[in-house]
Amino acid sequence: MLLLVMDTSSAVVTAAVHDGDTVVGHAVEHGAQAHGELLAPVIERALADAGARPSDLTDVCAGVGPGPFTGLRVGVVTARVMGEALGIPVHGICSLDVLAFQAFVESGFALDRLAVAADARRKEVYLRVYGRGARPASDPAVLKPADVDAEVAAGVVVGPGAWLYPDAFPGRAEPRELDGAAMAELVAARLQTGGDLLPPEPLYLRRPDAVENAQRKRVTPS
Amino acid sequence: MADEPLVLGIETSCDETGVGIVRGTDLLADAVASSVDAHARFGGVVPEVASRAHLEAMVPTIRRACDDAGIALSDVDAVAVTAGPGLAGALLVGVASAKALALSLGKPLYGINHLAAHVAVDQLQHGRLPEPTMALLVSGGHSSLLLVPDVTADVRPLGATIDDAAGEAFDKVARVLGLPFPGGPHIDRAAADGSIVIDFPRGLTSSRDMERHRFDFSFSGLKTAVARWVEAREAAGEPVPVTDVAASFQEAVVDVLTRKALLACRENGVDHLVVGGGVAANSRLRALAQERCDDAGVTLRVPRPALCTDNGAMVAALGAEMVRRGRSPGGSGLPADSSLPVTQVSVQ
Ligand SMILES: [Zn+2]
Repeated sequence: MLLLVMDTSSAVVTAAVHDGDTVVGHAVEHGAQAHGELLAPVIERALADAGARPSDLTDVCAGVGPGPFTGLRVGVVTARVMGEALGIPVHGICSLDVLAFQAFVESGFALDRLAVAADARRKEVYLRVYGRGARPASDPAVLKPADVDAEVAAGVVVGPGAWLYPDAFPGRAEPRELDGAAMAELVAARLQTGGDLLPPEPLYLRRPDAVENAQRKRVTPS
Repeated sequence: MADEPLVLGIETSCDETGVGIVRGTDLLADAVASSVDAHARFGGVVPEVASRAHLEAMVPTIRRACDDAGIALSDVDAVAVTAGPGLAGALLVGVASAKALALSLGKPLYGINHLAAHVAVDQLQHGRLPEPTMALLVSGGHSSLLLVPDVTADVRPLGATIDDAAGEAFDKVARVLGLPFPGGPHIDRAAADGSIVIDFPRGLTSSRDMERHRFDFSFSGLKTAVARWVEAREAAGEPVPVTDVAASFQEAVVDVLTRKALLACRENGVDHLVVGGGVAANSRLRALAQERCDDAGVTLRVPRPALCTDNGAMVAALGAEMVRRGRSPGGSGLPADSSLPVTQVSVQ
């Protein structure tokens, strides 16, 4: 197996390569408005770090968010087109799952309840709750920090959204950022155990903003 | 011909997901998926709706283009993509896709200007462009008059719209007349049954405007004049002669477009005119341009309608010309630029 993972669901643009045993390549850049410029060079660096060529890859996986749509699509379409060009399967993973996995590993596998919050802009967060083994206990949702279940908000909450709204999340904890290497570990493990991976489809959770056509506007004053 | 490079082009600047494949000036495939129906109920293109549609359409459209051309992706020698101008989020889907292709295949990537591609596409139908060429580009997003000494490196804007694009004016007037979106084809059809009997204003043609805005266009005043005329009829309780209004409005648009294009040809000593963009599908624009070019001894080149609207073939056509002329490709970090100036033909 030679797996390439990438995530563009936040201001962190990252890619990593996993050979079935361990992470063999990793690269990261920061830039909230520059996913389109940063991702391809980050992938090239992760591949170079692994000493691999694109044609060596056997699987590709993109973080499907939730996250700001424009950046999210850069990762998802990159993974889809690479899969098409290389003739390999394309997977998706909920980006919040990666942060939950990171927190679980960092806690020495001790955490049995936590939530992950990411920045959803418009003063809202994307939130998902996890139980024992960092297994999802809710679907990802978009919420105002004040509307998060009080027990969840008071518990351990990781991810960029928790640190953006410190008053709403008194139990905020590390990690703040998604780590590409941890993502590669998690996806490789799921691939090897037949665990849950998603289709490479963005988790939008919001409809496009658009107003249906109203009556035509008059130009003559009435 | 067989040793010319095989170039795949990707276009996502507005609501069409286009993937074209050319070898030199030979068109092998022109696959387009349009999200126009998803925008119709909003009366215009909704950027987020367009971006979502591009993502869904990208891989199927690439696949269809390869099938149509009878090639495998691994046969491609270079990838070209519209880097701008256009809708920022929509452009990004195409640029990311092109980078993913170029990276996977280990092939060069050309980030190119959408407007120059509208000119270059004519090579697929009428052979290599004479140099210089004059180009009139008219669509829902642009109305430009360009002097083109070299479509891969030297494109000079002579004028552009100072308010609405020509295609936008068609959409807005169609709305006033109760015709569906997009307005261009419906106005064209209605006008065919009408007569040019209303004298609507010709924007920026007064002698004072011809000094300051010699090759610029303005369609906002015309659109308002049409709305006023229709409202006055309605206020008087009289029926609106939709076909006559459509014909008269259309005439006002194409009269100014062709008059200024031919003036630009004469003053710059250019004897070839390319007309491109979605509005080039308009039958009256084609007819009047032909008539006036014939009178002026200018050769008119208008690609067939499928090549005039946004598509991937035009991007591939310009990419192939870039390869042929040895222009340097862009890097994997090249940006999409929603307001890319027409003078910048490629992005590094
Ligand atoms: Zn166009």
